[in-house]
Amino acid sequence: MFAITAKELTKRYRLGGVRHNSLRDALAGLIGRAGRGDEMTALDGVSFDVDEGERVGIIGRNGAGKSTLLKVLSRITRPSSGTAEIRGRVGSLLEVGTGFHNELSGRENIFLNGAILGMKRAEIAAKFDEIVAFSEMERFLDTPVKHYSSGMYMRLAFAVAAHLDPEVLIVDEVLAVGDISFQRKCLAKMRSAGESGRTVLFVSHDMSAITRLCERAIWIKDGRIASDGRAEEVVAAYLHEQSETGSERTWANREDAPGNDAAWLRGVRIIDDKHRNISSSDIRKPVGVEMTYEVTTPDKILVPNFHFYNDQGVCLFISHDWYSGWRDRPRPLGTYKSIAWIPGDVLAEGTVFVTVALSTYEPLIVHFVERDAVTFTVTDTLDGNSVRGDYAGVLPGVVRPKLDWETEAVPTA
Amino acid sequence: MNEAVLTKITPNRFSGVGLGELWRYRELIYFLAWRDVKIRYKQTAIGIAWAILQPVVTTLIFSVIFSRYANFDTGQVPYAAFALAGLTLWLFVHGSVTMASGSFTGNSNLVTKVWFPRLIVPIAAVIAGLFDLVFSFVVLGAMLGWYATGWHLSMLLVPLFVLMGFVTAASLGILFAALNVRFRDVRFALPFLLQVWMIASPIFYPSSIIGERTRFVFAVNPLVGAIEGLRSAVFGLPFDWAVIGISTLSAAILLAVSLAVFVHLEDDLADMI
Repeated sequence: MFAITAKELTKRYRLGGVRHNSLRDALAGLIGRAGRGDEMTALDGVSFDVDEGERVGIIGRNGAGKSTLLKVLSRITRPSSGTAEIRGRVGSLLEVGTGFHNELSGRENIFLNGAILGMKRAEIAAKFDEIVAFSEMERFLDTPVKHYSSGMYMRLAFAVAAHLDPEVLIVDEVLAVGDISFQRKCLAKMRSAGESGRTVLFVSHDMSAITRLCERAIWIKDGRIASDGRAEEVVAAYLHEQSETGSERTWANREDAPGNDAAWLRGVRIIDDKHRNISSSDIRKPVGVEMTYEVTTPDKILVPNFHFYNDQGVCLFISHDWYSGWRDRPRPLGTYKSIAWIPGDVLAEGTVFVTVALSTYEPLIVHFVERDAVTFTVTDTLDGNSVRGDYAGVLPGVVRPKLDWETEAVPTA
Repeated sequence: MNEAVLTKITPNRFSGVGLGELWRYRELIYFLAWRDVKIRYKQTAIGIAWAILQPVVTTLIFSVIFSRYANFDTGQVPYAAFALAGLTLWLFVHGSVTMASGSFTGNSNLVTKVWFPRLIVPIAAVIAGLFDLVFSFVVLGAMLGWYATGWHLSMLLVPLFVLMGFVTAASLGILFAALNVRFRDVRFALPFLLQVWMIASPIFYPSSIIGERTRFVFAVNPLVGAIEGLRSAVFGLPFDWAVIGISTLSAAILLAVSLAVFVHLEDDLADMI
């Protein structure tokens, strides 16, 4: 039995002059002066079925049409053509804390936000204690939320959302907030939602959250479905394509960046031997992976480390900075840059995914770990002096180190 | 699983008002109205006193100006009480239409992120206006006591005329809320329009100054029937049922037209805001 069925959903937005923002424009439109403006197709004939109890991740780049699809399915905007049907009570969370008002107290906002999300008053009252316990905000219930920190605000908002009890849950990237332990709690709550037979449609840029939460993924590209299938496969295909541009990432502010109170990640990039940004590298040349991070608590031993994976998800190797002189030296506050050099003729051809982490080992603390933070491609030009030599066919193997060979003629007695 | 709920998403416009869904979401109307009232007075220094100050001061000004210079014939009813009776409804209509007309732009964060029947937004704003009306009536009650105009059985009909005023305010609130999203001209046109409307309504003058026959034309303004009816009820005067009838019909037509316009514009709300 389907929970969601979408048939040829298409959404076009008009750009430019036809927006009728003033009466004058509208009148001009009526007498034919304004003409038809350009149209932007955000969604272009998207069809799919989701079964009851299925958890489906929607992935794709910004502007690919994911949010438009959720907006259409949430009835916020109508499709230009095509239809969809949803069976069961729909709960849609395109944002956490929609309708929260700064002047109202936490308690008042729980009721207001619950009602906006479609809960009945009696339902909110019945779940009130549970919501408060989940949010861990008992002490601040009667404080206006304008005095909350952003973390407190999100906790309370998510607690309400997590207790929404629909049959079909539509969620847009709401987990990109809050501290790690709270995020984990939210993910667990969503997973249990799925396991209790609820249908979940989940948009995220966090591929690991998609593969952990969803058994199926739909990749939207330029308003169309590029791929629809098992989450792992669709995510791998998507990441592979992303690798064209995903060789540098920066985080402008601490709230969004991976990190904790000890340190946070400012940026990661792939460089060549002259420290220039690259996204692909000749198989014979060294490749540098550079992470920049800020230390915000002094006197900790910090060990940067990189984890390298291929597009099959096989871990190629892991490298820790035991060598640069900071192994036993507590770090003063400041911004640091750590580069690991992979020599030429070590990696195999293909896409390499780099996970970036900063850890302390006694006791073990992971300050941040950003999975698949950057990727780069290793290419072999087949001009004869790489490891593949004169062989042009498929060369298996997850690494391709250049080994020293000795061959000599053995004199026969 | 509740098989009764099947949401159909289609490109069709003119899908109707959706009274069923409006009913299912009735609690949200209450919550939004409650929020509006709460916030309106939370941020002010003298709070609820505004709801009392407004009718009192306006009545005072009217009394000074009109009983001195115009001298309208209000029969046995003291002019101040006469004016206040009209003002209660007018201040409610004026306030709630103004609030409702900006309700979509003011709640754009809701409208672009969550679906619920869109009609709720302006309706809640108008309902929030009822809160002030209660205070206006308290002031009116005090004045009736002061002037000892007497208590009449016809006062039981007051809710009927409040309802007429409510329907009128809700119709215009819905109309302007939807128009405001598309035509920001509404913001400039509305205060002007309300000013003209106030003069065209028997608030500071009695309908009797309008000619015997032209009063039927006058009654096309739904507020004429509502205000005159309210006065008759409050002061125990004879009802002019012809005028009330015409105004009721007019209010009903206004409501229908507003809903039609709203349903037409509703689909694009989230895209236009």
